[in-house]
Amino acid sequence: MIDNALPLLAIAVPLAGALLIGLFGRWPNLRELVTVLTSVSLLGVVVQLIEPVLAPDFWTTSWLQPAYEAVQVLPGVPLAFKVEPLGLIYALIASSLWILNSLYSVGYMRGNREAHQTRFYICFAVAIAAVMGIAFAGNIFTLFIFYEALSLSTYPLVSHKGTPEAVKSARIYLGILVGTSVGLFLPAIIATYFFTGTLAFQPGGVFQAALADGTLTGPVLGLLFVLYMYGIGKAALMPMHRWLPAAMVAPTPVSALLHAVAVVKAGVFSVVKVVLYVFGSASLVGAAQGEWLIYVAGATILIASAIALFQDNLKRRLAYSTVSQLSYITLAASLLSPYGFMAAALHIAAHAFGKITLFFAAGSIYTAAHKTKVSELDGIGRKMPWTMAAFTIGALSMIGVPPTAGFISKWYLLQGAWETGYVFVVVVVTLSTLLNASYFLPIVYRAFFKAPADDHGHHDHGHHDHGHHAHGHDHAHHGDHHADHHADHGEAPLPIVVALTCTAAGTIILFFFPDLALGLAEQIRRGLP
Amino acid sequence: MSGYFGIYNYWIYIALMMIGFYGVIAKMNLVKQAIALGIFQTGIFLFYISMAVVDGGTAPIWTTIGDGSLKHLGPYDNPLPHVLILTAIVVSVSILAVALALIINIKRAYGTIEYDEITRLDSDEIDDA
Amino acid sequence: MLEIQAHLPVLVVVVPLIGGVLTSLMGRGALPWAWATLVTGATFALTLRLMATLLASGAPHISYEVGNWPRWWGIEYRVDLLNAFILLVVAGVGFITTIYAKESVADEIPRDRHNLFYTVWVLAICGLLGITVTGDAFNVYVLLEISSLTVYALIAMGKDRNRKALTASLRYLILGSVGASFILLGIGYLMMVTGTLNMEDMREQLLRTPDLDHHRTVLVAFAFLLVGLSLKMALYPLHMWLPKAYTYAPSAVTALLAATATKVAVYMSFRFLFGIFGPEFSFQRLPSHLILLAGACLGVVFSSLSAIRQQSVKRLLAYSSVGQIAYIVAGFSLANENGVAASIIHIFNHAVTKGGMFMAVGAVALRVGGTDLKHMRGLGRRMPLTMAALTVGGLGLVGFPLTAGFISKWYLIKGALDAGMWGLIAIVLLGSILALVYVWKIIEAVYFHEPEDPRARDATEAPIMMLVPMWTLIGLSLYFGVDANFTSDTALRAAKSLLGGAP
Repeated sequence: MIDNALPLLAIAVPLAGALLIGLFGRWPNLRELVTVLTSVSLLGVVVQLIEPVLAPDFWTTSWLQPAYEAVQVLPGVPLAFKVEPLGLIYALIASSLWILNSLYSVGYMRGNREAHQTRFYICFAVAIAAVMGIAFAGNIFTLFIFYEALSLSTYPLVSHKGTPEAVKSARIYLGILVGTSVGLFLPAIIATYFFTGTLAFQPGGVFQAALADGTLTGPVLGLLFVLYMYGIGKAALMPMHRWLPAAMVAPTPVSALLHAVAVVKAGVFSVVKVVLYVFGSASLVGAAQGEWLIYVAGATILIASAIALFQDNLKRRLAYSTVSQLSYITLAASLLSPYGFMAAALHIAAHAFGKITLFFAAGSIYTAAHKTKVSELDGIGRKMPWTMAAFTIGALSMIGVPPTAGFISKWYLLQGAWETGYVFVVVVVTLSTLLNASYFLPIVYRAFFKAPADDHGHHDHGHHDHGHHAHGHDHAHHGDHHADHHADHGEAPLPIVVALTCTAAGTIILFFFPDLALGLAEQIRRGLP
Repeated sequence: MSGYFGIYNYWIYIALMMIGFYGVIAKMNLVKQAIALGIFQTGIFLFYISMAVVDGGTAPIWTTIGDGSLKHLGPYDNPLPHVLILTAIVVSVSILAVALALIINIKRAYGTIEYDEITRLDSDEIDDA
Repeated sequence: MLEIQAHLPVLVVVVPLIGGVLTSLMGRGALPWAWATLVTGATFALTLRLMATLLASGAPHISYEVGNWPRWWGIEYRVDLLNAFILLVVAGVGFITTIYAKESVADEIPRDRHNLFYTVWVLAICGLLGITVTGDAFNVYVLLEISSLTVYALIAMGKDRNRKALTASLRYLILGSVGASFILLGIGYLMMVTGTLNMEDMREQLLRTPDLDHHRTVLVAFAFLLVGLSLKMALYPLHMWLPKAYTYAPSAVTALLAATATKVAVYMSFRFLFGIFGPEFSFQRLPSHLILLAGACLGVVFSSLSAIRQQSVKRLLAYSSVGQIAYIVAGFSLANENGVAASIIHIFNHAVTKGGMFMAVGAVALRVGGTDLKHMRGLGRRMPLTMAALTVGGLGLVGFPLTAGFISKWYLIKGALDAGMWGLIAIVLLGSILALVYVWKIIEAVYFHEPEDPRARDATEAPIMMLVPMWTLIGLSLYFGVDANFTSDTALRAAKSLLGGAP
């Protein structure tokens, strides 16, 4: 049995953390200690849920318990929480990576002398609280609320630098995310309520009765499906992906945890959850309305990979890689087969570890060497061996080479493709693996096997990307700063190196010991009707 | 007088109202606008009073007759609209008073009571009604 | 106490009427304010009592015949669930804004006019309450003019800060009087047909009139009333008076007006369109719902676009009010249960949200001396509570979940689905997105810019006398966004009785 009120605690812990961070804002050491402690205790809360969810009788006992209703917002529409395996995977990833990310943030924010650090940590904790709300939402209304809370709480993080470019990007970010969710997601939710009278998540979906008695027809169901899939803008299905590259102006810890793990995964998580528990494969297959998603997701994978190929800015290249990887998850879910759903769940985990490693590495390079472009990275592997080794592992996981986690999820995806007979999917996966290799491996090659370029060459390149340039340092000082860091930089600060080593190790551990992830994914499969 | 002209006071009420309405819209002088508003409302008074008329009716006066009981002198007009319109007249006068008070203040603040000149003096704002 | 109980409906009007007149005798200093607070507080208590009495009695309505004259001769005050709710909103917001007014008025109005200010202030609230409580059509007109005249005066009191308050007030006076005259004409034509001024009798007579939808007098009455009411509600494109009036009125007046004045006009529309003509006549046999819907849709889109262009936050919020009124109109013109309920809920939700936001803007006017976006820059750190109120209210305008605005939109969209109007849903959502844009202009200025104005740089948090009322309203908007059972239940019941044609 599960205490369905436990999610409330998972939301309360980061919120309380945010409050304390605000109180201790004046003492940076204390503030950051609170951040790390909060993240550790959050993981402590989430871990307690593993055992009951993995129990073999989960679907017949715990799942049938009524959801915990915090408050009845509208008659029949409560704010409810319910624990299920998919949400637990998401919550586990987010809370465990938050610990490493907090460590990393300390190194990064101090190393780059960012302003408004207290606001940064507060918003970060609030965003994590929203993530917990999404992960444990007991109905789609609750999910929507926390989805919006996540968009709002990450806005200040994206516009953190306060430069006109950052503010403009943050507007695109918020505009697309809120625009799609209010314009498409919300009407889809209300229509769901209108047709079915419930918003609860049910394995097998909620539409069968309405489809059977004719109040809902196939084409309308198809329209709803379109609204949901594009309304969940965080899943970055093309053409709703532009917010993600725009969000890259944020400090790297934000890009790392939020825009490789928490926010984007909130998107694909919601997609999988909606497909699994609102539509259900039977309704979608019966009405023959879900198939287009396979092609759109496949196209997104290929196009985004192709765009990534031509990005010189490292973080933008990673962002487009994320867009493409997210569509793997959407693609896996849209196969509507048991293996597909397992692949989606596993890829949420695998991509999270791999991509956060890559972003950590990018931030590490920026902190130590102030380089943001791929073309500047020649020979950097010799100066920053740890960083670039981790980067290599992350890249291999993205490509899907064993022994990294990416291999497992790709394996299951291909199995799902064979199971359902979509040759298109096999072709997409093969092509995109080639593309992934061709935009990641050159970076690794440059870093380790090319001689470093003359240092004077990139003085000018790096200029405009420096955070404190905008904060009014005079030019002479700026020059000194360069001299310190540029000419003969070594590894990044210790917290950064520790964090990225851990995530890289995680990527490999996930390959050798996938029991927990596989167990939860298996549990999802068992819940299918 | 029959047909459409049989109830000519309704035509007059409409004419008065339209004259007033025209003045409110077309006149640039604020005092003229206020006067036009008055005419507009006077038209409505006429409408209410016309409505009360009963053919051959007189004032609604009741008198005591021989045995001490009350009796009225033949058919009489409906007194209710008259009473209503007394109230409406009071309202109308109050509106006029407030309007004139505002116009005096406008004259003090702007030095003019021509609407187009006031608009010009205020033109520093984005006015997109 | 039994005596008071029986006379509650009339006391709601009489107390502020007499209390308001007495305010003028209170001399200078804080006394007029204290008296006004006492009077509005007592009135609020009376409306609470009235609501409690109504709910306890279980009867559909309480009828009170003024002076014991039977209702076909005299004036009947009639309280049912709908107007008890509106009375509660108007009196409650009136009381809260009166508390708020102290600091704001002390700053913006010369001291020697405080007693007069509070006199017209209380009388304005009295007029609004009167319109709501009365069941007599002509009485509606008289009380409408009481509230309008006092509101013109209140707006004009902003002249010491900006002379444009005078022209704004005069413009509203002329348009408002034309609108009220149209209403008067409409009532006159109705009286010609029905021979009565009592709303319930009118309804019964109209029901007995044969061939109603070709009855020319009834149609003329309907047309005059529709136009007059639209003007008073500020339905697009008859809203021209509103932005200027809200912008240049004293801050406290803007908060009061935004929260109550147009809302009461909407309530009048309920009474006339649903109560007297009946939903079937107004919305099925006549295409008035199409006219209203067209106005509402245009209003949502164009007023939001205008709001986006503004540099003055007060003006921005004023245009936003036009858009929000359009939602209310769209809701009831659907003439189905969810739609009408959406209107009633939004009357309350928008009252507390916009009232609270205008209070926050008023606090900025007090501390910084201006209400343009440039004055707001960087206030997020200097006036955190005020700016948080503004932000939460703004999110409510967009309709973010867990704010009251979301509940209204939820019902509105449900109503549109019931009516099969997908286009309206698109407009509502477009409106939300446009609202996000103009709200975000404020939020960006407040939190992501450094102050420009020297007074903004060393501004301090608003005084507690402003913060408490402001957060009371914003808190209500949050509370009824999280737990909307009371509002939605009341609104649905009221909507049911309106659609049943009860006056």
